[in-house]
Amino acid sequence: MSRANSTIDEWAEREYKYGFVTDIETDSVPPGLSEDVIRVISAKKQEPEFMLEWRLKAYRHWQTMKEPTWANVKYPPINYDEIIYYSAPKQNKDGPKSLDEVDPKLLETYEKLGIPLAERAALAGVAVDAVFDSVSVATTFKGKLSELGIIFCPFSEAVREHPDLIRKYLGSVVPYSDNFFATLNSAVFTDGSFVYIPKGVRCPMELSTYFRINAASTGQFERTLIIADEGAYVSYLEGCTAPMRDENQLHAAVVELVALGDATIKYSTVQNWYPGDENGVGGIYNFVTKRGKCQGDNSRISWTQVETGSAITWKYPSCILMGDNSVGEFYSIAMVNNCQQADTGTKMIHIGKNTRSTIISKGISAGRAQNTYRGAVKINSGADNARNFTQCDSLLLGDKCGAHTFPYIEVKNNTAKMEHEATTSKIGEDQLFYCNQRGLNLEDAVSMIVNGFCKEVFRELPMEFAVEAQRLLDVSLEGSVG
Amino acid sequence: MLEIRNLHAHVEGNEILKGINLTVNAGEVHTIMGPNGSGKSTLAQVLAGRDTYEVTEGEVTYCGEDLIELSCDARARKGIFLAFQYPVEIPGVSTNYFLRAALNSIRKEQGLDDLDAVDFLQLVKQKAKLVEMDGSLLKRSINEGFSGGEKKRNEIFQMAVLDPKLAILDETDSGLDIDALRIVSNGINKIRGADRAIILVTHYQRLLNYVVPDFVHVLVGGRIVKSGGKELALELEESGYAAIEKAAEQAATVAS
Repeated sequence: MSRANSTIDEWAEREYKYGFVTDIETDSVPPGLSEDVIRVISAKKQEPEFMLEWRLKAYRHWQTMKEPTWANVKYPPINYDEIIYYSAPKQNKDGPKSLDEVDPKLLETYEKLGIPLAERAALAGVAVDAVFDSVSVATTFKGKLSELGIIFCPFSEAVREHPDLIRKYLGSVVPYSDNFFATLNSAVFTDGSFVYIPKGVRCPMELSTYFRINAASTGQFERTLIIADEGAYVSYLEGCTAPMRDENQLHAAVVELVALGDATIKYSTVQNWYPGDENGVGGIYNFVTKRGKCQGDNSRISWTQVETGSAITWKYPSCILMGDNSVGEFYSIAMVNNCQQADTGTKMIHIGKNTRSTIISKGISAGRAQNTYRGAVKINSGADNARNFTQCDSLLLGDKCGAHTFPYIEVKNNTAKMEHEATTSKIGEDQLFYCNQRGLNLEDAVSMIVNGFCKEVFRELPMEFAVEAQRLLDVSLEGSVG
Repeated sequence: MLEIRNLHAHVEGNEILKGINLTVNAGEVHTIMGPNGSGKSTLAQVLAGRDTYEVTEGEVTYCGEDLIELSCDARARKGIFLAFQYPVEIPGVSTNYFLRAALNSIRKEQGLDDLDAVDFLQLVKQKAKLVEMDGSLLKRSINEGFSGGEKKRNEIFQMAVLDPKLAILDETDSGLDIDALRIVSNGINKIRGADRAIILVTHYQRLLNYVVPDFVHVLVGGRIVKSGGKELALELEESGYAAIEKAAEQAATVAS
């Protein structure tokens, strides 16, 4: 394995490709959190009164909470008084009306990240709602979508334009008091995306958001809310990259999904936040609460995630299966390298009858990284004939990394059927030799083996996203794997 | 094509090959026979460039180049193919996908363009016939859930597609029933040619009923102790390795 190890080291030493900083003026509030800061954020967003009240309620509750310590991750204490809770790119008072009005430097940043923000997105069939730091700077395809009655807009706009929907659904899946980070988010969230698909409408394109942390020491607190009304269908893509920083940056987002009767929501994430350098300096703390509620009968929520970034990932996209015959799915690839730590997994809560859930988790660890799968499957007493299938596979590259699995299973109904499979393996020297002997170099061989390992998850991603995810995995593997 | 001079190789501090001498020319088929643990598979893997083995002494020249200096994948791209004794499973990677990547890396070395999917499939279809291989196997993950015979056939099939100059077959006949043995042997015979050399590593004479070698070498204790024509294999079948081993021991004692 000596050659394999040296390649692992090389990969580990590769620099973060997306580490550049856009130099634009920002409009920030001073660091630290108080009711005044929350009032400033709310005022800057021109929010209705109910929104401010909700934020303040969350803030007051947050002050009584303690940061959780149960996750299998280690980091120095976060000083919440040093974080800047609001930062927006300066712009004309009324905001940009078209791409021409958007700060060219912003567009340049996206260009480097290879995001087709401009109309070429049309070719890819993707509508992009780009979140730069905290404010959405451009939204495309709005017109086309609004013809179908679909609402796809920045969260702050939804608060102003569609307060009834916000009032009805905000916090209905992740209550303001849910957990430390979600509650913090509820108090200070600045922007994010809002999607509403009306009854019986199948959204004709993949909806896509690109988050990016830019200003130094800016915690980013996005909030996403997606509602699929009865019989609706939507596929939503979220991609993240962040520029290089020496300080750790907190990223505490909340995503809520609501699927009414016969509705389907597919939520795919490719996450490539800055993971820190090879010594574990810098990097994003990604403490995210993602949860979906299959509220109506026959509804379906599917989470697919490819996580290669962040210094620390703390994330459990979950499904509450309330409606009868509802389906929850979780497909995940979590790749960690160097000193990265990931504690990720899912919760499937079966409440309705004949509810089904599938969990496929693929963890890849390289360098000195630690990868934890943490999952919970709960079958409530009323959930007759519930079924769960769980498969957790871990792949280790090198001998300094770790993989951990914590599956929790709680069954209160004896008609339930549960399956749990788990494997842990290393890339074998024999597999590498086999590939090498057929003419593939070490890096291609590793990439092929890892991609093969992840195949079951990749095929759940929309086509163009799958290609990007594979490329990202290759970049993350480079220098990290032999 | 291949010139091995006084080759010594270690694995984990144990010397396995203790001075191999062998010359293989294009167009020839050489068989290497010997008892268990004599170093046959080690020789095959050392030639392929497996880095768990350390070459401590000697020279290997391949088509005029110093083979020892080349990495395993570089050797493969220059036309060395090893059919594995125990073919490896790679979950999630189909044989077709794998083989196309392999073929294109070899073509790149030769200055040729990548073969596109259509041409590749045509080539694959034709070669699969050679070993009577079911096309559906090629869409499955490499060797995953394959029977022993299917795995060995897959090796010969890959060899046919990659079209090597020097093919080394490591106990490709072991574990095959009589029908599979015939199919595999046919495959080998079909790729025999004037510009290709084949080294067959085997325990048994029975493969040689189907693939008739030009030379037979007996490997005992890390050295080639006897070489001859195809009749040597028959001789071995009758007298067993014991007699040769004994003779080799005596020779070694005398030499020291």
